Amino acid sequence: MFAHLAQLIRYRGLIVSLVARELKARYRGSVLGFLWSFINPLLLLSIYTFVFTVVFPNTNPYTKPYALFFFCGILPWNWFASSLMESSSALVAGGNLIKKVLFPAEILPLVNVFANMVHFCLGLLILAAFIVGYRHWPDGAGLLWFPVTVLVQLVFTCALALFLSALTVHFRDIRDLLANLLMFWFWATPIIYPWTDPNVSRFHSLFNLNPFTHLAVTYQEILFFPGPVGHARWLLALGVASVVLFLAAYWFFDRLRDSFAEAV
Amino acid sequence: MNAIELAHVSKIYRRYSGKQFATLKSALLQRSILRELRPSEVFPALDDVSFSVPKGSTYGVIGRNGSGKSTALKLVAGITKPTSGSVRVEGRVSALIELGAGFHPEISGRENVYINGIMLGLSRRDVQARFDEIVDFAEMREFIDAPVKTYSSGMYMRLGFAVAIHVDPDVLLVDEVLAVGDEGFTHKCLDKFAEFRRRGRTVLLVTHSLGLVERFCDDALWLDAGRARDHGDPRRIIDAYLTAVEQGEEHLLATATAKAVAAAAAPAADGDKPGRAPEATSAQSGESELQDMFKAVEGRWGSREVEITEVALLDSAGEPSFVFRSGEAMSVRLTVSAKAPEADFVFGVSLFNADGVCCYGTNTDLEEMAADQIDGAGQVTFAIESLDLVEGTYKLDVAVHKRDGYPYDYHRLLYTFRVKSRTHDVGFYRPHHRWIFSGGIRFKADTAREGKKPLQP
Repeated sequence: MFAHLAQLIRYRGLIVSLVARELKARYRGSVLGFLWSFINPLLLLSIYTFVFTVVFPNTNPYTKPYALFFFCGILPWNWFASSLMESSSALVAGGNLIKKVLFPAEILPLVNVFANMVHFCLGLLILAAFIVGYRHWPDGAGLLWFPVTVLVQLVFTCALALFLSALTVHFRDIRDLLANLLMFWFWATPIIYPWTDPNVSRFHSLFNLNPFTHLAVTYQEILFFPGPVGHARWLLALGVASVVLFLAAYWFFDRLRDSFAEAV
Repeated sequence: MNAIELAHVSKIYRRYSGKQFATLKSALLQRSILRELRPSEVFPALDDVSFSVPKGSTYGVIGRNGSGKSTALKLVAGITKPTSGSVRVEGRVSALIELGAGFHPEISGRENVYINGIMLGLSRRDVQARFDEIVDFAEMREFIDAPVKTYSSGMYMRLGFAVAIHVDPDVLLVDEVLAVGDEGFTHKCLDKFAEFRRRGRTVLLVTHSLGLVERFCDDALWLDAGRARDHGDPRRIIDAYLTAVEQGEEHLLATATAKAVAAAAAPAADGDKPGRAPEATSAQSGESELQDMFKAVEGRWGSREVEITEVALLDSAGEPSFVFRSGEAMSVRLTVSAKAPEADFVFGVSLFNADGVCCYGTNTDLEEMAADQIDGAGQVTFAIESLDLVEGTYKLDVAVHKRDGYPYDYHRLLYTFRVKSRTHDVGFYRPHHRWIFSGGIRFKADTAREGKKPLQP
């Protein structure tokens, strides 16, 4: 298993090329092309902002300006959710490749995670523009936590992506199941409502069970809320858990590896 | 020094239970995820196969469809793992299993060449260095920046082939992919193979094209139903393989013939109508008899006063057979018996090709043999010294009738045989021939040898 992990590093050139291809191919033939990477989150943002500032005005004073608050949570969530949706069918979609060409199959789900990470990074540019626009400056020292948070999310997402992609080869129902699960997961994570809301605080012990809570809250504390990053301990714990989860998922993937070429 | 070594390799494919939609639910309900992942049926694609390919040699694998050739190739490529046994391959492997397998339709040929090359084990710089060569080889210079989805299938394959062959592997695996382009491109591919051989690279070739194996391979392996039947000198292996294929065909023809004879015998037994065939009465001469056979359907009719009880096709050794080599001797042996002595009888034989065209027809009357008497049992043998027919399936008419055409026993198109030939000449008659050249006309020595081969099977 560790030999395979080491081999993965040798294939980083392929991962980079495939990510680039994925991004190019996605917008090939569309008029606005790569601009969609910016337009998509902006449209989403305007809908949610309209609903939660005009239709159901959010009275929580901490979440002003709401658009910025929401953006801090939805951006990493989109990366996470799209990665899982795409990677869960990565092996099945790349079946022809797995059957005909010798290369590590785990590259396929990982490429999806990385491609969505690029979209996430582009989204950060819009976020930065919003921060400048609202003059709502984040805490300088807290920003040091930002790369750590991204790294934890990356490991966590890769772990789930490997696990789901391997399982989907044998159980195609995962895809439909996952779409519903992600919907539930989204509402169960403090993204459109703040973690500090009194109605949420009552259920903190339940929310703590949701790993993405810690990611979302950390992002919000770093980028939106003033003061130190109080959630850092939870983040580090999640980081350790993610590494363990990744190794477990990789082991699982490795165990099923030989069945892919026959079952896809 | 072996480049490829397979030792006692078995590969068992598993068939998973077909209920794909119910699996997760039932697996969760019955807590049987692991059990569901276990196979419900197994199918051995390879069974204890061992072979080794010395470094620098070209090795051919032949066999029928489903004999495990491609599985063997995938094992060598490392795409699948053997269920038991060991596979060892030395050096960089490139597998021409499916050309352009990793091409993405939306992006340009150029980008696909890079990604495909990297996928096959090159670095970006390697691809860069070989890029022009690849594009020129594929003859794609003007289209290289167009998206791959706009390519014709020939262009797609050519580009895939060009990338795969320029990976410059130590071991090249080829699975029936040479038919990727027009004649010119095929020649280029073959030249590339020859170059590979010259440079001491190892090639493993899986193909149905026995000519390729014979021309290129130093050794050949014959796989049959997952087992290695034989390996060694390509000529010997190919001959052994062809013999086995003939035996299989022979078996099929024997069954088909037996069925046709049985089916034809049934109606004649109860409906005792000698004039059942409308043309029988008008068949006064051999000429009209032959014309009528164009619209012939298989069957049997006649009064059976003289009966053909058995028809056998015999090869040069006198053994019953259904497959003959072009130029070989063949005999048609009729076993006949007459209920009462008859003085008016004619024996006839005609050969038809698969299109129903009469290749040859004759009878004893046409050959001016005057019948004297037939009484009781006897045998009639129509001996063909040299069966000068091109490759194909042929049918046989045999008959015994009166001189005026009144049929005693008429067997129409009941007997089928195959003629095999190494030369793919056309038509149906191959006159005994040779080519003579004089002046400044020369042929390459080995091609001249090949041209002669079919005449001396």
